[in-house]
Amino acid sequence: MLSPEALRRIDTEIAKYPADQKQSAVMAALAIAQQEKGWLAEDTMAFVADYLGMPQVAVLEVATFYNMYDLSPVGKSKLTICTGLPCALSGADEAADHLREKLGVGFSEVTADGSFMLKEGECMGACGDAPVLLVNNRRMCVRMNKERIDALLDELNS
Amino acid sequence: MSLPTILTGGLDRESSWRLADYERRGGYQALRAIFSRPLSPDDVIAEVKKSSLRGRGGAGFPTGLKWSFMPRNLPGEKYLICNSDEGEPGTFKDRDILRWNPHAVIEGMIIGGYATGATRGYNYIHGEIFEVYERFEQALEEARVAGYLGKNILGSEFSFELFAHHGYGAYICGEETALLESIEGKKGQPRYKPPFPASFGLYGRPTTINNTETFANIPWIIGNGGDRFLEMGKANNGGTKIFSVSGHVNRPGNYEIPLGTPFVKLLEMAGGMRAGRKLKACIPGGSSMPVLPGDVMMNCDMDYDSIAKAGSALGSGAVIIMDETTCMVRALERLSYFYFEESCGQCTPCREGTGWLYRVVHRIEHGQGRQSDLDLLTSVADNIAGRTICALGDAAALPVKSFIQHFRDEFAYHIDNRRCLVPVEMQREGSRIYVGEPW
Amino acid sequence: MVEVEIDGKKVEVAEGSTVLKAAQELGIFVPHFCYHKKLSIAANCRMCLVQVEKAPKPAPACATPVAPGMKVWTHSEQAVRAQKGVMEFLLINHPLDCPICDQGGECQLQDLAVGYGNSASRYQEEKRVVLNKNLGPLISTDMTRCIHCTRCVRFGQEIAGIMELGVAGRGEHSEILTFMGRAVSSELSGNVIDLCPVGALTSKPFRFAARTWELARRRTVSPHDSLGATLIAQVKGDEVVRVLPLENEEVNECWIADRDRFSYEALRQPHRLNAPMLKQNGAWTEVDWQTALEYVAHAFRDIAAEHGKDALGFVASPHSTLEELYLMQRLARGLGSENIDFRLRQSDFSLDGVRSGVPWLGMNIAEISRLDGALVIGSFLRKDHPLLCQRLRQIAKRGARITAVHAAQDDWLLPVETFMKVAPSAFPVALLEILKAVCSTTGASPDTQFAAYLESLPVSDEARRIAESLCSARNGALLLGNFAQHHPDAGLLHSLALEIARCAGQLRVGILGEAANSVGGYVAGACPSPGSGGRNARMLWEDPCRAYLLLNAEPRFDCADPAQALSALSNAEHVVVLTPFVGEHGDYADCLLPIAPFTETSGSFVNTEGRVQSFRPVAQALAQSRPGWKVLRVLGNLLSLPEFEFESSEQIRDSLVAGRDVTAQLSNDMGRVDWTMPSAPPGLERVSDIPIYRTDAVVRRASALQACRDGTDPVLRIHPATASEVGLSNKGRARVKQGGAATELSVQLDEGVARGCVRIAAACEASSSLGPMFGPVTVEAC
Ligand SMILES: Cc1cc2nc3c(=O)[nH]c(=O)nc-3n(C[C@H](O)[C@H](O)[C@H](O)COP(=O)(O)O)c2cc1C
Ligand code: SF4
Ligand code: FES
Repeated sequence: MLSPEALRRIDTEIAKYPADQKQSAVMAALAIAQQEKGWLAEDTMAFVADYLGMPQVAVLEVATFYNMYDLSPVGKSKLTICTGLPCALSGADEAADHLREKLGVGFSEVTADGSFMLKEGECMGACGDAPVLLVNNRRMCVRMNKERIDALLDELNS
Repeated sequence: MSLPTILTGGLDRESSWRLADYERRGGYQALRAIFSRPLSPDDVIAEVKKSSLRGRGGAGFPTGLKWSFMPRNLPGEKYLICNSDEGEPGTFKDRDILRWNPHAVIEGMIIGGYATGATRGYNYIHGEIFEVYERFEQALEEARVAGYLGKNILGSEFSFELFAHHGYGAYICGEETALLESIEGKKGQPRYKPPFPASFGLYGRPTTINNTETFANIPWIIGNGGDRFLEMGKANNGGTKIFSVSGHVNRPGNYEIPLGTPFVKLLEMAGGMRAGRKLKACIPGGSSMPVLPGDVMMNCDMDYDSIAKAGSALGSGAVIIMDETTCMVRALERLSYFYFEESCGQCTPCREGTGWLYRVVHRIEHGQGRQSDLDLLTSVADNIAGRTICALGDAAALPVKSFIQHFRDEFAYHIDNRRCLVPVEMQREGSRIYVGEPW
Repeated sequence: MVEVEIDGKKVEVAEGSTVLKAAQELGIFVPHFCYHKKLSIAANCRMCLVQVEKAPKPAPACATPVAPGMKVWTHSEQAVRAQKGVMEFLLINHPLDCPICDQGGECQLQDLAVGYGNSASRYQEEKRVVLNKNLGPLISTDMTRCIHCTRCVRFGQEIAGIMELGVAGRGEHSEILTFMGRAVSSELSGNVIDLCPVGALTSKPFRFAARTWELARRRTVSPHDSLGATLIAQVKGDEVVRVLPLENEEVNECWIADRDRFSYEALRQPHRLNAPMLKQNGAWTEVDWQTALEYVAHAFRDIAAEHGKDALGFVASPHSTLEELYLMQRLARGLGSENIDFRLRQSDFSLDGVRSGVPWLGMNIAEISRLDGALVIGSFLRKDHPLLCQRLRQIAKRGARITAVHAAQDDWLLPVETFMKVAPSAFPVALLEILKAVCSTTGASPDTQFAAYLESLPVSDEARRIAESLCSARNGALLLGNFAQHHPDAGLLHSLALEIARCAGQLRVGILGEAANSVGGYVAGACPSPGSGGRNARMLWEDPCRAYLLLNAEPRFDCADPAQALSALSNAEHVVVLTPFVGEHGDYADCLLPIAPFTETSGSFVNTEGRVQSFRPVAQALAQSRPGWKVLRVLGNLLSLPEFEFESSEQIRDSLVAGRDVTAQLSNDMGRVDWTMPSAPPGLERVSDIPIYRTDAVVRRASALQACRDGTDPVLRIHPATASEVGLSNKGRARVKQGGAATELSVQLDEGVARGCVRIAAACEASSSLGPMFGPVTVEAC
C-alpha cells in the first residue's frame, strides 16, 4: 500500500509519542501517505487506520477536519492562495484573479490537463509576506504579485 | 534611536538558526546556569513571576503563575507544550522566531520543563509552514546531539524529551485544548474546562501550554533576571513584544519593541502608511480582537493595558493596518468567512452562528442588505459570544460588533446604495504591493 | 457533600456533581440535548446554559461542577436569553418538517422549541441540506435534521465499544457518517435511535408505520437472551409496530440489543400459523380447535396405552413462558411420562441429581458492574449476551481485569487481558492448569480427585496469568457461558470452576443463562426428576419416543444434534407441535397448534438472576392462535388430568412461585461427583456458535435482522495453520462430514479459532443437516 520509505517515516513519527499512543501519529501518517499517493483515497485511510490500530471512521474524521488533506485528486500541483484579510489588503484578490484567469479554473477545481488545482486558503501565518501561496502543502511562496505568479507557473510547467 | 530587543536583535537570518550561532550569542547559558548556580524549579518560577511575563499567545496570562499550577511532584508523565500553531489572521511572529531563532524556543522549553516537572514536550507547528517545521526538527537534532535534550541533560538529574508535531490546517488547533486533542490524533475540538490542562492535559496528564514567543523569552529572563525584563517594558507589562504589522504599510513585518512603545513609533518602523494615505482603522491584536478607528489608534501605546483601555486587546500582537482605501464591509466579510470556515463545529452557537454572520455580511457586501441586518448581526453576535466552549465564538462575534459599532455609517451606506463607499478600483489600488522581495 | 442553591432552593449533592444533576435532584428541568446520563459529557449543544452567581457568562449546567455555596438560576433572564439564543441557532438550519418526520410527537427538539423557540425565524438565508446515509437495514437517516449532539458517536465509542459513526468535516459542514458509507454492525446499534433527540436517526423497519400518538405503549419482556430486558411494545391496532427499551437500571439500564428491538417483525404474516392443522394421508388440512385437541388427546392416550407411558416425549424451547413450561411438564407427568426437557442444546446432564439448586448467574445483574475481575469460560460473550458484555465493557474501562478461556477468540470490544484459546476437548485441562496456578499462589489444596491430575501437569503462561488476575481480584467471578453449558463435559467444567473459585478465595461462580427461561425451565420443573429415569434432552433423541410434543421448539435449529433429533422425529408416530409459526415442522409433524407468541399471551420469564418478570399480552392473538398455557390446560382437561383448572396465567404462576422465594432455589453448588478426565478425540473438533440472529424461532424470522451482517449464512472458520494441514484455503469450499451427515461450506481463515478446530455455526440452514455441535468432524477441500 505504502512504500517502505513511507512506512519508515511513519514509524519515526510513531516513535515521538508514548508507546500506547500510536494514534498521535495519524496526522503525520496521513500527510506522508498523501504526499506519496497525491491524495487520500478510502483504502489509503483504511490502511493508515489499520497501521495505527484506530477505528477507520476516526481516521476519516481527522482527514476531513484538517484543511490540508485532500480527499479527491488534486492534480500535479496544488496551489493554495491565502485570501484572508491581511493578504487581501496586500493584493490577494488581484493574485487570485490572475491565477483563475491564467489557469482557467475556479477555486477547488483542477485544470483540464490535470496539472494544477487552485484552492482558497485561510491564514498561513505569514501575513507579513502577503499575498502568500502554498505549493503542494510544502513550499511557501511569498509576495505573489502577477510577475511572480507567472514565474512560478512557468517553473512548475517546465 | 534603536529600541532594545530580546528575541530578534543580532540575527543574521542565515546562520542564526544554527546551534553554534546561538551559543555564540550566549545561547544555553541560562540552562547551564540553572544547574551551576543551581536554581531550583521554584527559583525559576519565581524569576519568571518577577519578570511579569505575560503569555504571548493571545490571552496575556501571567506565565509564572501558570507554571506554578503544575503538580510538579506528581509521579508519572507530565507534558509541556509549545503552541506554534499561529494561524490568527495578522499573526506571523512565531514563524520568524522559529525560522531564525529556534534554539531560544528549545532552551525556553527545556527550562520550562525543568520548572514545571514535565518529562516530555511537544512543539505544535502550524501546518502551512512546513519549511519551518523541517528546520525546527534539525534544530532539535542539534540540541539532542549537544546533550541539551534527552536523558540527564548536561549531566544533571533532569531529563526532558522534546518533539515537533506538525499541524495540517486548522486554526482552532491554536486553542490549547484543541491542540491537545490534535496531538492525541483526533479532530482538534476544544475541551470543556474544567478540568484544566494543568490537571488533565495531554493523554489525561498534567500539562502546561505556552506560546512560542513566551518560551523564547525565558532564557533571557533567567540569564538576565526577571527585574531587567520587567524594566524593559512597563509595570504589569514586562519585556519586549514582537508585533506583526500587516496591511497597508510600506514595510509589513515583525517589529520587536518594548511594551508601552507608542503606536506611531511602531507604524514608523513599519515604513509608515502606503503612499502616505491616512489610517482608517486598525485591529491591534489579531483578527479576533475589536477593530479601532484610526484616530483612536494613533493615540495608543502598545501594551496590554493601554490597548484594553482603548477598547480592544493586545492579543497575539498582530497589528492589521487599514487605510482609506479599505471597504469595511468587505473587510468584515473576509473576517467572518474566516471564522465560519474555521469553527470546529461542536458548539451550536458557533457552528450555526458563524455561518449566519458570514451570510448576512456577504449579502450586504453584495448589495442585498437590509437596514435591519445591522441590528440582527449585533444580536446574533451577542448570542454567540460567551456561550461556547472555547473563545472562537467570541473571536467571531467581536469583529462583527466592533466593525458595526465604529463604522455603522459605512455599512448603512453600503445597504442603501448597494455598493461600497470606497470604489472597488480604489480598493485594488490601495492593496497593490510595491515591493516584490522580502526584506 | 456540597450544598448549592438552585432557583432559590437548597440541595446537597455529592462533590463533583454537576449543576444539572443537582437541578434534577430538585426536580428542576434544565433543557438539554447532548447530555445523557450514560454518556460522557460533551457540553456541545449549549442548550443547558444557566446563570451562575458571579460568573460573567452563562454556564452549561451539564458540565459545570457544583461548588459550595454556589447559586444558580435556571430560568433567570440571562439564562432564558441564552437558552432561547441556542434554540434559535438549532432551528435555523433545521428543516422544521415535523409533519413528515417519524420523530414527530416524541422529539426533544420539537418539545423544547415550543417553550424556547420564536414563532418567526430571523434567519432568511438558504438552509443547509445534508445528504442521507445508508446505515444498513435497521437505522434510517434524515441527516438534515441532525443537531450534532454527538450522542450517537459517543454511544458507539463508549457503550457499544465500536466506533462506527463519526463526525466528518468541520464547522457547519460537520456530518455524522460511517467510513465509506458502510452499514453499522454493532449488535446494540438500535440504541442510537433512542438516543437521537431529533428525527435524524429513526427505525428503518418502523419508518412511516404510524405516528406516535396513534400508538399504545405496553410493557413487556424480551423473550430472547436470559437478561430479560424490559421493553415497551408500541402497538397500532393489533400489530406491534415498534419496540423500545423500558428503562430498568438493574437489568438492561436504558439499552436493549437489536435482537430485542427488531425481532417483532417475525410476529406478523406470512410467518404465522393461523389455524390448527392436521396431516391426514400426507396432506395438511385446517381443522377447528376442538377437533385438533381431541385428536392430540386420543393420540397420546393411545400411544401410552399401547407402548407404555415412557413412549411419550415432551420437548420445550427455553424461550417458552414459565407457565407454558409448567403446564407442559404437568401434562407429561399427568400422563405418566418423565421424558421432559427444555435444555435442548445441552449434551451433558451429569449434574442432574447432583446440583444443589437451579443454576443461575450467581449474583444480581447489577452486581456485574461492581466486579473487579472476571474469567469468562466458554462464551461467545458479545453475541450471546450483548448487554452483559456491555456491562463487562464498562467495568473493564474502570480497570476490572477480564480474562477468558474459549475455543474461538472474537472481538468482544473490550480489553481481554489474557485469552486462553484451546480446543473444546482441552477445556478441562485448561481449567486444571488454572487451578494448579491458583493453588500455588494461594497455597490452597485442591480436592483430592483433582490433585492427582495436577501433579505432573505443566502450567502454561496463560493459565498462570489468568490465575494471577483471579487471585488479585477482591470481587471477582468465574462466568460459564453458553458454550461451556453446551460442552460435552459441561458438568466437569462447572465443577472445576467451583474448585478454582474455592481455591482462589472470594470468587463467585455464575452461569450465563442461555435463554429467556433457562432459569425458569428449572423452576417450572420442566426436566426429568432425579432418579425417575426420565429422558433428558439428549436421551429424548438418542432413545427415540413414539410420540412427541414440541413446545415452541424447532429441533432442526434448537438441538445439540439436529441430525439425530430429526431422525427421531421422522420415525415417531405422532408429533404434535405448539408453535406460533409456519414453515418448520411440515415433514415430521402430524398436528400443528397455533399458539400465541410472547406479545399475544400473558406469562413470565425468570431471568438469569432469578427475577420473575411477568407480562400481559400487548396485542390480540392473531387469527386462531391461543395462549400456549390455555391450549395445554385444555389438553389436560381433555385427558382428565387432576388439578388442571387454571383460569389465568397468573394463577399458574402463583401456584408455582407465589409465596416462595425463587432466589432460595438458586444455587450453583453441587454434591460430590467423581470425574474422569476426557481424552481428546482424534482429528478435527467442531466448535459451534449460535449466531445472534439464529437463537430462537422468533428472531430467525425477523427480516431486518436477517438482512444484517450478523444474519448472513455461516462459513467454515479455521485457523490458517490447521487449514494448511488439511488442505483448505481461504474463500475455497469445503466438504464437512459428521458421522453420516454432511454439507458444503465456504472457508474463511480465522486466527481466532483454536488450532485443530473448525468453527461452524449451529442453528443455521447451511449447517442444519450436520450432527452434534461438538465432537469430531472431517473436512476436505472441494
Ligand atoms: C480560537 C483560538 C485560537 C488560538 N490560537 C492560538 C495560536 O495560534 N497560538 C497561541 O499561542 N495561542 C493561541 N490561542 C491561545 C491559546 O489557547 C493559549 O491561551 C496560549 O497558547 C497560551 O499560551 P501563553 O500563555 O503563552 O499565551 C488561541 C486561542 C483560541 C481561543
Ligand atoms: S466555540 Fe466554535 S471552535 Fe470553539 S469549541 Fe465551540 S464550535 Fe468549536
Ligand atoms: S446538555 Fe449541556 S451543553 Fe448540551
